[in-house]
Amino acid sequence: MDHAAALPLDSQRPEPGAGVYNMKLGMWVFLLSEVMFFTSLIGAYIILRFAHPTAFAEPGVVLNVPLTALNTFILICSSVTMVKAFAAIQQGDQRRLKQWLLATAGIGAMFLGVQAFEYYKLVGHGFVPNVANYAAEGEPLYGATFYTMTGFHGAHVAIGVLSLLFVSWRAFRGKYTAQSYGGVEIVGLYWHFVDLVWIILFTIVYLM
Amino acid sequence: MQPTAADTAAASAPDSRPHPNYLGIFGILFVLTLVEVGVAFIGLSKTLTVLALLLLALWKALLVALFYMHLRYEPRRLWMLTLMPLPLAIILVVAVLTEF
Repeated sequence: MDHAAALPLDSQRPEPGAGVYNMKLGMWVFLLSEVMFFTSLIGAYIILRFAHPTAFAEPGVVLNVPLTALNTFILICSSVTMVKAFAAIQQGDQRRLKQWLLATAGIGAMFLGVQAFEYYKLVGHGFVPNVANYAAEGEPLYGATFYTMTGFHGAHVAIGVLSLLFVSWRAFRGKYTAQSYGGVEIVGLYWHFVDLVWIILFTIVYLM
Repeated sequence: MQPTAADTAAASAPDSRPHPNYLGIFGILFVLTLVEVGVAFIGLSKTLTVLALLLLALWKALLVALFYMHLRYEPRRLWMLTLMPLPLAIILVVAVLTEF
């Protein structure tokens, strides 16, 4: 058992090739594939928008910018609580780890709640994915692109909240220590990426 | 495979990466978001508005990646890896543009 005892952090041992441990490298590679996924959505949106400028409304005409700016603020807050959770477990502070993780999951759920409210209001005003008011050449571009992009992002947030709850559950079972915090770091990377994507989406979909 | 002495040392060494000022970054992100909303409605020309918004969004995205995702403190090989999708993303958009 001497060999095992010498490697308390086997799962977090930096691999010689990448310079980081495998789980983290795996999450980064996954996130890079996500970059391509969202690039395809955002790229298609920009091309359609330039090709059919009259099919899209000016900022603030259809979409509620103040509400979404508030939601952006909410998501940025959740990134802070996430890094606080990470910093806490690096110092071995179990209590703060659990608090910040639950706060992050809660704030993420709040973001989803505001987004659901936004959808509810938009649909109430007749802005549905196949809305005819902003149709170009018979194609309902505005509604379709808006709900596709924000919907996929919302799905990512929902998966993030579930992942955070799972990590919180493990944290309550004492699975993370100052020497072994890979799960917290990995879920944090995903969560910050979701925040980063929203920063881009908010700018392109709501403000341009 | 037997672990090398260096692996073991890396494994048992405490995480020495510095902690950035998380709240300071949050403050900057908050202010930049307000500036973005302001720029969108201040009545600048369309080109100027789009350019300013893209720069601000890029700035915010970089802050999140560098400090919250700790990319700034990761090995050079990792952040070089993160640049890999960028040329692919450009090729994707250009290819769709030419087909459009």
